[in-house]
Amino acid sequence: MYRSHVLVCGGTGCTSSHSHEIIEKLESEIAARGLQDEIKVIKTGCFGLCALGPIMIVYPEGCFYSEVTVEDVPEIVEEHLLKGRMVTRLLYDETVQADEIKSLEQTKFYAKQKRVTLRNCGVIDPENIDEYIAHDGYQALEKCLNRMTPDEVINVVKDSGLRGRGGGGFPTGLKWSFAAKNSADQKYVVCNADEGDPGAFMDRSILEGDPHCIIEAMAICGYAIGASEGYVYVRAEYPIAVKRLQIAIDQAKEYGLLGENIFDSGFNFDLHIRLGAGAFVCGEETALMTSIEGNRGEPRPRPPFPAVKGLFGKPTNNNNVETYANIPQIILKGAEWFASMGTEKSTGTKVFALGGKIRNTGLVEVPMGTTLREVIEDIGGGIPNGKKFKAAQTGGPSGGCIPADLMDTAIDFDNLTAIGCMMGSGGLIVMDEDNCMVDIAKFFLEFTVDESCGKCSPCRIGTKRMMEMLEKITEGKATLEDLDKLEELALYVKQNSLCGLGQTAPNPVLATLKFFRHEYEAHVVDKKCPAGVCKALLNYKIKEDMCKGCTLCARKCPVGAISGTVKNPHKIDTAKCIKCGACMESCKFKAIIKE
Amino acid sequence: MLKKISKFPFKGTPEQEAQLKALIEENKHDSSMLMHVMQQAQLIYGYLPFEVQVMIAEGMDIPLEKVYGVSTFYAQFSLSPKGKYNISVCLGTACYVKGAQSILDEIAKQLGISAGECTEDGVFSLEASRCIGACGLAPVMNINDEVYGKLTPDQVAGILAKYKEA
Repeated sequence: MYRSHVLVCGGTGCTSSHSHEIIEKLESEIAARGLQDEIKVIKTGCFGLCALGPIMIVYPEGCFYSEVTVEDVPEIVEEHLLKGRMVTRLLYDETVQADEIKSLEQTKFYAKQKRVTLRNCGVIDPENIDEYIAHDGYQALEKCLNRMTPDEVINVVKDSGLRGRGGGGFPTGLKWSFAAKNSADQKYVVCNADEGDPGAFMDRSILEGDPHCIIEAMAICGYAIGASEGYVYVRAEYPIAVKRLQIAIDQAKEYGLLGENIFDSGFNFDLHIRLGAGAFVCGEETALMTSIEGNRGEPRPRPPFPAVKGLFGKPTNNNNVETYANIPQIILKGAEWFASMGTEKSTGTKVFALGGKIRNTGLVEVPMGTTLREVIEDIGGGIPNGKKFKAAQTGGPSGGCIPADLMDTAIDFDNLTAIGCMMGSGGLIVMDEDNCMVDIAKFFLEFTVDESCGKCSPCRIGTKRMMEMLEKITEGKATLEDLDKLEELALYVKQNSLCGLGQTAPNPVLATLKFFRHEYEAHVVDKKCPAGVCKALLNYKIKEDMCKGCTLCARKCPVGAISGTVKNPHKIDTAKCIKCGACMESCKFKAIIKE
Repeated sequence: MLKKISKFPFKGTPEQEAQLKALIEENKHDSSMLMHVMQQAQLIYGYLPFEVQVMIAEGMDIPLEKVYGVSTFYAQFSLSPKGKYNISVCLGTACYVKGAQSILDEIAKQLGISAGECTEDGVFSLEASRCIGACGLAPVMNINDEVYGKLTPDQVAGILAKYKEA
């Protein structure tokens, strides 16, 4: 028995800020004081509050230390672990109230969350199968194999109302029943961990923090549909997730939880990892399977659906990581328990990756139906630097945006679709008044132009032409007629593309046109970018009353666009100016503004 | 996506070739392992020169056209060598809305190269990357395996200087 447990986050965010060095230092400092038999250091998955990383929690007290550095470690070991005095200066201030330590669950960030798929992230050591087993791990698989028929398993998943968390929102139980119905000598279970939506990282965090739950869920799916082999397709950009998943697979094989005759039931299941190589379109299920087969990841028309003809031409079931992460809990606690969370048509919880202009960037899991306002203001802690909330972008390059006046929308699949938005995989990027919505639409379109596989022309050519129109707009060369053309083309691409990538690529444009048409019009009619982002529409100006005539800006200007004499106000020739901003950076009197 | 193809002559060593041959031997019976072989080959050589793609095609008995098709389809495969220090600036959404573009612009300005290029002395190469998932630290960049977070353009010169000396 240990008297203290020190949990250090080993997720990608905290590892990037050197949490592994903190762990090494902790272990050496603890050993130097001979405490290694009393205190255990555990490297866990993501706690969710990435903004405050690296994060360390000390139990039994439940002290939440934030932004810990290697230099802080000796003090924590000496003061807290040896002498029992907390290092208050490092405690997350939300957890300290009138000198009392509040539990993490009471902080605003965690209070409204409901952690189902993330339940083990930041709690267990993901590289140790025993810790997963101690948290009810593999009990659901045992229950399925020995006490349920495949049909019963599928019915529980159907009754739970679980819908695919990868973006589409298709009922999971129904999908399983399609694959189960088709008979073949070989079927496959595929897990889509090719999390391509920039700004979403829940799938990565689940794989890093709780890899065994995905293995267990895939084995359950294999039993339900009659498959004995599975593939996990992971982004190569996620090295930590890949490593931990491989460790987990090896451990599960060693324990007989993968392989032949699992739990003496006669059921065999084996799992392989395949790495992606950086192609967004491989998140589309037919493209993903083509890629596993070793080809260019191009999608193909459906039907035939994967449940009929999928991987290697065999019936295949494909779900994403977050969807699978719900399965063991649904089997153990029942369909009613799961359906009691969330809304009528969107049951359960959803994980969101909060990013952008928000105080608490990180991962949050809330019941479906939570309003955007609760997520951003209560959990996310609002917008930093006293700026105003402008919009939240959901669903990445396939999604849309939610403007400030719709902040009380309850987030679920159908509500978001109704306002022309999309749940997507759960990236939630917050934007403030400094972000230009036309620029954001252009940013996403640039992404889809680059990632379009080129197989069908509406997507390959259509997105490119849309991109050119957006460039015209941000350069102030467009007319109002172009806006109508842009909208018409967007709808055409949406209706005529082959796969999900092209069908959703115009969404960011359509959504910003719908909610922020006035910003587009400002670019087109007034030739102004209200947020001050689009370079071509900015003009640098010297405020006469502030300029001391020091000549520094004139000397810094690379194109000689600034003229004036010593001690007299200077002037910028806007025709010569290349808008590099060098003058503004150099001015000591803040006399140069852009408008 | 358009790929920059190397004009540098191929300089593979016999050790590298032996490693590649062993890798091909191990996987040649399963054509679905093509991407795995190419990923490992890129680790061996640092990029995928045309000569290496030919060896893979012949060794695995897969048409060269297909190998080349795969190498140009996926962003991860590089057809030109990287610098001693490869700088990759994350242009994921979370980083972008927090000003990642200005970080990329500043580095490009300081090194005199644009994204996808390598400096003439072979010390630095620059690329814009997809989301690396460290959104809590946005904007982020990687120099080889080192991660730099919460960046501002004025930190760029100092960080680059560290590598120029090394």
